[in-house]
Amino acid sequence: MIWEQMSVTYAIKATQVTKKYDDFTALAGVSVEVATGECLAILGPNGAGKTTLTEILEGYRKRDSGNAEVLGVDPGRPTSAWRAKLGIVLQNASDLADLTVEETVTHFARYYPNPADPAQVIAAVGLTDKAGSRNGKLSGGQRRRLDVALGIIGNPEVLFLDEPTTGFDPEARREFWGLIERLKSEGTTILLTTHYLDEAQFLADRVAVIARGQIVAQGEPDSIGNRGEAIVTWSEGKHEMSESTDEPTAFISRLATRFDSEIPNLSVRRASLEDAYLELIAQDRGSVRGDQR
Amino acid sequence: MKSLRLRTISMGLGRVGIELKQFFRDKESAVFNFLLPVILLVIFGSVFSGQDLGNSGITFSQYFVAGMIASGILYTSFQNLAISIPMEREDGTLKRLQGTPMPPSAFFIGKIGMVFVAYVAQVTILITVGVLFFGIDIPSTPLAIFTFVWVSILGLIAFTLLGIAYSVVPKQGRGAAALVTPVVLVLQFTSGVFFVFSDLPQWMQNFASIFPLKWMTQAMRSVFLPDSAAAMEVNGSWELGMTAVVLLIWIALGVVLANIFFRWTPRGKN
Repeated sequence: MIWEQMSVTYAIKATQVTKKYDDFTALAGVSVEVATGECLAILGPNGAGKTTLTEILEGYRKRDSGNAEVLGVDPGRPTSAWRAKLGIVLQNASDLADLTVEETVTHFARYYPNPADPAQVIAAVGLTDKAGSRNGKLSGGQRRRLDVALGIIGNPEVLFLDEPTTGFDPEARREFWGLIERLKSEGTTILLTTHYLDEAQFLADRVAVIARGQIVAQGEPDSIGNRGEAIVTWSEGKHEMSESTDEPTAFISRLATRFDSEIPNLSVRRASLEDAYLELIAQDRGSVRGDQR
Repeated sequence: MKSLRLRTISMGLGRVGIELKQFFRDKESAVFNFLLPVILLVIFGSVFSGQDLGNSGITFSQYFVAGMIASGILYTSFQNLAISIPMEREDGTLKRLQGTPMPPSAFFIGKIGMVFVAYVAQVTILITVGVLFFGIDIPSTPLAIFTFVWVSILGLIAFTLLGIAYSVVPKQGRGAAALVTPVVLVLQFTSGVFFVFSDLPQWMQNFASIFPLKWMTQAMRSVFLPDSAAAMEVNGSWELGMTAVVLLIWIALGVVLANIFFRWTPRGKN
């Protein structure tokens, strides 16, 4: 047991990190750990602090206080050797429009001491057919896959993905997930921020929900939050009713006694990550409103 | 394992290639920074075709080509970088590079290399057009060629550094040209590019003497005009020593300003 705990190494470790912009507190003491080879998804509404946290860990922004280590290095003092081990996929990029896919990927490979083969990377992100096209002519999804190609060209140990599939159609998203799965299986540590809960459910080993600059919950996608086992929904007259419960069978038998025959529009489903997420965010809003009064 | 310095130089050379591809493939930049001096030479050369300066026997085209080559330095370095860097800052080019192991010096090697290659290509076109269409005499004395080379190199270095420093002024990529072009135009009008410098009002001459362009233009005239024309200069000489001093001072100032002001990310975002 002790051995097992000691053998866990953290690729990313942040402790009580804070960041203020003028009067606005973007991070109010955030602690996250990502084990080597793990995929952590950070979920949260816009403005919750997701990008601030990732950009501090990527070495782009300076934290005000707290500790942070990425691959054993303080991201507040980035070095070239440290950056060589990171892959960064930023939000909505539109740069490098006048170069072709192949030129771009081949050129970025030069920056890294141990790069992957550009042609293989282009194939891995599914852009082989577009290798000769100017980046500015790519569709939104193709453009995003180019960003991922540039993120993985250096064979990174840690990959940061900031909302990587925004604007993808469902099929492109599935393909993209497959690519990330492969990187995971090769041992890449991944920090993913996303708005899509199905994406977090599919890709992440653990999720952390951030709201108003604080982590409000952390855990596995299947069990995070105080969600019940199941969600029961039904109709009463014109009203849609819903109940979260750990004992759906008992609940439904009680419910059945209130109806003469069938329960109208009855459905029972397992509580999803989305249910848990929405409840966590709602709780946070409620508690903040309470604080202010 | 190659040393970091070798790797930096190799990355820098790679960046020169990438920068040049982007420079020439971006039509706006190619026209605005690269072809504009050529267009201006054709227009001014045609308007004043056959006219001499006073009774010196020197054609206006010959006078003007010196100013246009000095302006070419300003266009390919200062104007080019002061407009393109804010755009690269805004579209995320710089942020992306900052996130890679590329040393910042490789980035600057790429910019300087691009500026030099673009300038050499531009000067070649300017002189070719001048010779073919306006009968311009090319300098042939070793001294003239030597002056041409060192003025070009010092001028490019100075205005590359100043362009990098000035790139902090436009807050956004869009509209950067509106904050850069007026500076370029004012310098050109006051430095004797479009008008004969000695004809300008005293205060304008004094103003222009603070900045490098006046000195570069004057030195380029020493290259393209006969020695006898030195008498037409304000101080009756080409003042090449002073030109070198002024350019070196601006290079020193440019190093300081570029170091203070250059930034990878837009203001208010760190």
